[in-house]
Amino acid sequence: MTEFYDKLEESFRNSFEPSSPPDDKMPPWTETQIVGKRLQRVDAYERVSGKAEYTYDVNLPDMVYGAILRCPHAHAIVKNVDTSAAEKMPGVVGVLTGKSPGTDIPWYGVGYGGGPMQSKLFDSHCRYQGEEVAAVAAQTPYQAYDALKAIKVDYEVLSFVVDQDEAIKPDAPKLFDAGNSTGKPMPNQRGSVEKGFAEADVVLEETFSTSVQLHAAMEAHGSVVKWDGDKITIWDSTQGVYDASMLTFARTMKMPYNNVRVICHYVGGAFGAKLELGKYTVMAALLARKSGRPVKLMLPREDTMLAVGNRPNARMTVKAGVKKNGTLTALQLTNVYSPGAYSGAASVGFLFQELYKCPNVMVTESGIYTNVGRARAFRAPGFPTGAWALEQMMDMLAEKISMDPVEFRLKNFTDVSQSRKMPYSSAGLKNCLTEGAKKFGWKEARAANKDTGHIKRGVGMAAGLWMMGSGGPPYTAEVRMFADGGVTLKTGAMDLGTGTKTVACMVAAEELGVPVENIRILNADTAITPYASSSGGSMTLASLVPAVRRGAWIVKRQIMDWAAEALGVPADDLEIRRDTIVSRSNPDKKRTLEQLFRAKGVMDVIAIGNREPNPANKVVMPFSAQFAEVEVNTMTGAVKVLRLVGADDSARVVNLKTYENQVYGGMLQCLGYGLLEKRVMDRKTGKMCNPNLYDYKVPGALDVPVDLDVVPIDLKDNECNNVGSKGIGEPCHVPTAAAIANAIFNAIGVRPAHSPMDNRTILELLGKKKRG
Amino acid sequence: MQDHPDKKTPTSPEGLSRRGFLSSVSAGAVVAVTLKNAPEAPAQEIDASGKAVTINLLVNGSIRKILVEPRWTLVYVLREVLGLTGTKIGCERGECGACTVLIDGKPRYSCMTLAVEAEGHAITTVEGLLVNDQLGPVQQAFAEEDAFQCGFCTPGQIMAVEGLLRSNPNPTLDQIRTGVSGNLCRCGAYKNIFNAAAKAAELRKQKGGSL
Repeated sequence: MTEFYDKLEESFRNSFEPSSPPDDKMPPWTETQIVGKRLQRVDAYERVSGKAEYTYDVNLPDMVYGAILRCPHAHAIVKNVDTSAAEKMPGVVGVLTGKSPGTDIPWYGVGYGGGPMQSKLFDSHCRYQGEEVAAVAAQTPYQAYDALKAIKVDYEVLSFVVDQDEAIKPDAPKLFDAGNSTGKPMPNQRGSVEKGFAEADVVLEETFSTSVQLHAAMEAHGSVVKWDGDKITIWDSTQGVYDASMLTFARTMKMPYNNVRVICHYVGGAFGAKLELGKYTVMAALLARKSGRPVKLMLPREDTMLAVGNRPNARMTVKAGVKKNGTLTALQLTNVYSPGAYSGAASVGFLFQELYKCPNVMVTESGIYTNVGRARAFRAPGFPTGAWALEQMMDMLAEKISMDPVEFRLKNFTDVSQSRKMPYSSAGLKNCLTEGAKKFGWKEARAANKDTGHIKRGVGMAAGLWMMGSGGPPYTAEVRMFADGGVTLKTGAMDLGTGTKTVACMVAAEELGVPVENIRILNADTAITPYASSSGGSMTLASLVPAVRRGAWIVKRQIMDWAAEALGVPADDLEIRRDTIVSRSNPDKKRTLEQLFRAKGVMDVIAIGNREPNPANKVVMPFSAQFAEVEVNTMTGAVKVLRLVGADDSARVVNLKTYENQVYGGMLQCLGYGLLEKRVMDRKTGKMCNPNLYDYKVPGALDVPVDLDVVPIDLKDNECNNVGSKGIGEPCHVPTAAAIANAIFNAIGVRPAHSPMDNRTILELLGKKKRG
Repeated sequence: MQDHPDKKTPTSPEGLSRRGFLSSVSAGAVVAVTLKNAPEAPAQEIDASGKAVTINLLVNGSIRKILVEPRWTLVYVLREVLGLTGTKIGCERGECGACTVLIDGKPRYSCMTLAVEAEGHAITTVEGLLVNDQLGPVQQAFAEEDAFQCGFCTPGQIMAVEGLLRSNPNPTLDQIRTGVSGNLCRCGAYKNIFNAAAKAAELRKQKGGSL
């Protein structure tokens, strides 16, 4: 994963910028009228009225419903599938198995860089509970599920392994002929950790571990497909209509790109799990082909818990050295994890290599295949996990040298990227730490009396960064202005609920000098909207809004040139006021857009804005520091988070309203990771014990604090891109669990090294402490 | 930690007084709603078992006559038969609250209610809160307070708050939190949801109307 992002980052810096001559540098905004304000979303009406059409909501004439039969065993070989009874069931219009024509499709490449495929659309070797065995389409979903029950499958049940420590033993059941290791661990070292430990005054070692977290997006994965001859339209619940859906689907089905149209105006949550093509999309397409009817195939909740991704576990042994004056001398991480049955996990080591100034760092990670559902990208893949270990170790070191945790982090702050050896375009971590601490009242809270009987109070903090968030090319937006000042924006970008459409409209309005209400945005339809990469990596805003500004700027310049010519004043003396171009020095000199357009014989002005390359010699990353106050009930083990403060450097905030909402949500989702969420596998059967939203606990209204605060940090980054913004979705999700863990230590003096920190874990730790 | 609310399990028809039923019906009729022109389920698509029955559902003030299998859930009928897709499906087993609608003015999980059970009761969906095409007070408050991100749980949250305010027009923060505790928001927009519920209470008073 790290390698994948490194390559991507490199391409962002070197990319060709097609339609902008080099002398066309747009000056950074100084004052803004719209950008930075707190605006209601442009699609708020659709989202609260029930009119927003999600993939699940697409109902087409003559449509039938798909359903997938999944392997109930942790490990099995499919010997035979008898669908004869199912095919005769009422309402059934199509059945697919691994023997059906067109289903011999390789699936699951090793890592993100491609490589040999590990499985198939329907693989007779099922490696976890939930692998696809057959699919049907019927008139109603009820009939489809009736038909699944009538399919007779002859399984040869194999021995299985769901525990990574068992799986690495020589006599363990094998998932692959080559064994269960994902590959030989390759230590990644800079400097020498041995030298660093020798120089240290204090060396500590501790093992931290995290449980598997499930995405649990409220809208299940799924697609609705409709063929028109050799062309297909797919409504897909996806994070990217282009890369994640259309392009991959076309390559998989060996179709011309142009024959595949993917639409996704609204998606009900994704969090990384919808960054790749779904097997269900291909199955829906094959069933639609077979039946000659549109097919809706949405996964049931249980299937989403079993088969479409998770954040993998980690067991991280951290050894760190520090001098008495607080200088870090060495960081060593050894991580053992399981990606599940196929490749798909992320490195947790990057935070160790990047967050603090440290000359000696070594990261060694090894993966072990087990008979459980495969990992996928999950919001800041690897980072909340890495922060869980690194940021608890930082607090342990600070305590050992009697230094305040905030001071200790400030001491090791750097404005030069440690892994890439280049300065950051803006390095706001220092300000996140100091201004966050100020907002939280850190010094006072830390010094306050915490002992209130059996309920102990504590405060803690943690820092983080996110390796992407720079965004980058290729990314495009079409800006079209009408003579009445109305503007249509088109972009392939997704709005996952982050407010993408709103910030795009705000940036266009700002640049063009028209009200936001004048702008209509169309997004995420590959037949209509220009290319945008998938929404992942906190890259959407920082990729999209510079492209929008560029497009708007080209349109504006065209109109200004016409007006300058007509009015006999220089173009830089002119500005757009709604539907009129006015001279600043002489407001009597003006032309309406209508007049200018008519004189030129045009009805509209259209430009394509391309995202410019990122700076060549700077590294663009967002930073975060978060502060938590908790109450621990030492009789029940219950942890109550009283308040959270998030200070985030994502540079310029475009819409304060959606920015705050994202930081709240990022913190609460990571609170779930730290306190509540855990996939439980049954070692005796190899099955998941909690594939539902009752037994798998995502934070609810009674689990979260109301006292949430956000401190935006903006160091006026004029180098990252022409708007001066970095991504926010993931950095705000990195430190929360670690900050809560540090607060728990502050409250009760025991360190919860394993997540989630449920009542039982806390009581066990307290019991151990009591026994000495 | 959150207890799962029993309050949303469907009430049996016998549990409702005739007075309550009638007042819900007339209240529903106050809000004139333009429904999507959804087709009735064609008879040939119904289970060949011959168990399909015709029912009359009172949805957002209009009577809809439809042919259903007894096992069909209310959420399935609302979305896939009547085309009212504002009500969402999140889990289909009473865990997430995305399918929350009002039945006789009270929030209910429509995935845990059979369509045949809902006959004779007034059903209100998120579409039914619109006044012509204008947002109702709870919807308006959710829009203004940015009480959502992806928006998928939002219709359910809105119906939970609508139901809460109908029974308790001046809820405390704790009552609001409990009122939406049966509705999961994976994006974590809770703070804004609580604020929206409080604002909705104000807006309802300003509009002088309690439904």
